[in-house]
Amino acid sequence: MSSADASILARATSIDHALGANPIDGLAHMLSLQFIQHALVAGTSIALLSGLVGYFVVLRGQVFAGDAMSHVAYTGALAALAAGVDLRVGLFAATVIVGLALGLLGGRSTADDVVIGTTFAWVLGLGVFFLALYTTHSATGNSTANVNVLFGSIFGISSSDARTAAWIAVGLIALLLLIGRPLLFASLDPAVARARGVPVRLLGPLFLAIVGATAAEASQAIGALLLFGLVAAPPAAAQRLTDRPWAGFVLSGILAVASMWIGISLAYAVPTLPASFTIMATSTAIYAGAALITVGRRRGERRRSHPDVSAPEQPQGQAATS
Amino acid sequence: MTTGLTWNLIEDAHQLFSYHFMVNALRAGTIVAVVSGAIGYFMVLRRQSFVGHTLAVIGFPGAAGATWLGVSTGIGYYGFCLAGALVVASLPGGGRADVGPGGHGEESAVVGTVQGFALACGFLFVSLYKGFLSGLNNLLFGTITGVADHQVTILLIAGVTCLLVLAVIARPLLFATVDPDVARAAGVPVRLVSAAFLILLGVAAAGTSQITGSLLVFALLVAPAAAASRLTARPGLGVTLSIAIAVAVTWVGEGIAFFSPYPIGFWVTTLAFAVFLAAAGCRAGADWLARRVSLDVRTAA
Amino acid sequence: MIVTERAPGRPAPPTHTPVIVVDQAEARLGGRAIWSDVSLQIGPGQFVAVLGPNGVGKSTLLKAVLGLLPVSTGQIKVLGGSPGRHNDRIGYLPQRRAFDPTTRIRGIDIVRLGLDGDRWGTPLPAILGGRRARDARERVEEVIGLVGASGYARRPIGQCSGGEQQRLLIAQALIRHPELLVLDEPLDSLDVTNQASVSSLIRDISRTRNVAVLLVAHDVNPILPYLDQVIYLAHGGAVMGPPEQVITADTLSMLYGTPIDVLRDRAGRLVVVGQPDAHAEHRR
Repeated sequence: MSSADASILARATSIDHALGANPIDGLAHMLSLQFIQHALVAGTSIALLSGLVGYFVVLRGQVFAGDAMSHVAYTGALAALAAGVDLRVGLFAATVIVGLALGLLGGRSTADDVVIGTTFAWVLGLGVFFLALYTTHSATGNSTANVNVLFGSIFGISSSDARTAAWIAVGLIALLLLIGRPLLFASLDPAVARARGVPVRLLGPLFLAIVGATAAEASQAIGALLLFGLVAAPPAAAQRLTDRPWAGFVLSGILAVASMWIGISLAYAVPTLPASFTIMATSTAIYAGAALITVGRRRGERRRSHPDVSAPEQPQGQAATS
Repeated sequence: MTTGLTWNLIEDAHQLFSYHFMVNALRAGTIVAVVSGAIGYFMVLRRQSFVGHTLAVIGFPGAAGATWLGVSTGIGYYGFCLAGALVVASLPGGGRADVGPGGHGEESAVVGTVQGFALACGFLFVSLYKGFLSGLNNLLFGTITGVADHQVTILLIAGVTCLLVLAVIARPLLFATVDPDVARAAGVPVRLVSAAFLILLGVAAAGTSQITGSLLVFALLVAPAAAASRLTARPGLGVTLSIAIAVAVTWVGEGIAFFSPYPIGFWVTTLAFAVFLAAAGCRAGADWLARRVSLDVRTAA
Repeated sequence: MIVTERAPGRPAPPTHTPVIVVDQAEARLGGRAIWSDVSLQIGPGQFVAVLGPNGVGKSTLLKAVLGLLPVSTGQIKVLGGSPGRHNDRIGYLPQRRAFDPTTRIRGIDIVRLGLDGDRWGTPLPAILGGRRARDARERVEEVIGLVGASGYARRPIGQCSGGEQQRLLIAQALIRHPELLVLDEPLDSLDVTNQASVSSLIRDISRTRNVAVLLVAHDVNPILPYLDQVIYLAHGGAVMGPPEQVITADTLSMLYGTPIDVLRDRAGRLVVVGQPDAHAEHRR
């Protein structure tokens, strides 16, 4: 609470620097602030992780799993608060366990949306129950913690928390890079990948566990409810901009980091705007921009790929004999 | 709250009705439950539950913005939900199953982004309106204390209109839902009926959000209908059952919430989930029994 | 007796180590025997089709060969080892539906996955790749040229036609110089022109690279001229032999235990009449 207040105060007093002097000085001043440094350390690593993981989430059509994670993250965090332990313990435990469970139960959208929706509405309801437990039974309970879990508090992050979040993100990125190629194979072509010896059955749950941990990380930055700002919007934009899988993978990470940086700068420059909103708004704008740029290109492509049906295909079979 | 549960049900009910806010909550809850039970049944049949959820989430910035601007939250809910419904209706797919959570990659990512952005806007309005952070929980997770008299009136007008329109379009809507191509050939204006239904869905989502909160609308909009459709395949009975379950869940949920320290969002979702599980269990049991019987008949023959 | 037209100048089937040996094998799925007492042998460079009505376990046979499904009795040897042991020397094309039209991944990337998709890690950007990456790129280009897919390999695969997707997937199966191609209904969902060109492509690869081909087909006619052997699965058993000996009224009647007719139309197409499961023809 106090650090968040301090940050608002710092942002309010710094507005003269930001707007009055030249932009370079304003930027230098912004970067000299402790809470901005912490936010950038945690935010950059978390955004990179979310963008990279999100690329596979969107490619594998598992956005609903991400949605589930946002509910689970909230409930996990508040259960931890109600139990009086560190919020992150609950966050990571709940999301990773549910990720593994979804993967083992065949989380590739086998259950219908009604079952999923009803179940996760109840999970969220359970989170509300923990919230009530926390606020009524805990002496230190206050509603700020709840708002932070829901909508994030990147400017309130402490130096040690920022470092922890960054290290966890680095570890998860390393793990993702390690399984990257087989994961792409398994996502696009599971039958062949399996015949080739790719452990498809293992990769599914492992990946969803990574998604869970990513959701827990992102919840600390922009909140459980706004996960999609970093996990869905940047990869959706990247997939529009390139057809090359690895270029898209990297681009998704870059766009997420860009959303984070621009969002943090905007929130710094305009203290009335919460950082979670500016980050989410930036990533939404990036997606909208990508969609606008590519809409014309796509239309042309579609026309090219469906030529006159009667046009005979070239006799390419002969190529091999010659 | 100084009241306590005495386990004398008549005494308890009397105690409950002695509070004006509780009477309002029950009135509003009943209206919302009837509307969402009926609309929800068609929504589940049309596989548009994700759209319903999205519309409810869009209602959140509406309500938060209304609070910030100092107008009634009802206006915010209805305004944003209706606008959202019109946008969805104008999309080429008309918000059918293809934008569901099982839908393919980018489309569901876009729906997710829209939801996230709506929530972020709501959060922005909440922050702009300082000192309103406790109200945030009410908007997201529902409350039984916040319903004012004029809100009940708005809910009633909206609900009655909604049900009247639904009654008019029910038959062609069912036809268009079950078999759109044949319905179109038979002269049903499928596109118009679908758009009209989305608007009704927007109204229902806006109303439900005011009781369960924007994030928990599934409790009244989806779970009762899903439970009903597992218990019966007859549309008329299904709608009735769905309404009955929604009303029961709301009443019991509000009653328990009154006497317990835990919020209504938790009770309503838990009850709805329990009913849904029970119905799914019944269906599974009945199917198993039917299979056994038919197997016995076959082996006997 | 049917005399099939053979491609002239076809080399005599080589006689050294067989690629696949199946010895009195039985496959069970969910406690039910799919087929049993199946024995067969396929040599290098042989073009073999697996035929039979729906649900007799044609795909199951392929899965057993790939080691994805263990046989309950008997044994299978593939490329001299147990099934699954040498899958890196096998090109596999599973039965599939087309890629979703919204899949925005280029065909060339799908082909590349066949080369190194099972290796842990993430590829470096092309500039940092070095010799190995250049070799890999050249191999991808080569195999795409081989199947004649250069014109559309850089388009998103979801926007390629069924025939184009099938060619790219065959390129993927070929990329590691396999000694055996296992193809599950590669001609399904293709139009007649594409069926002819894809099957002649497979034949050419089999001949020029001495690759054995095990191919499941619904309709034998597009590949009939190229076949060395057919495996006919029905009624839980199998018959293997040259097509002119297997697709006959006598053999099939014996296999099914009911009278079956094999007719030949003016265009030389075979039609099997009287199969018990209402498939009046090989064609679906």
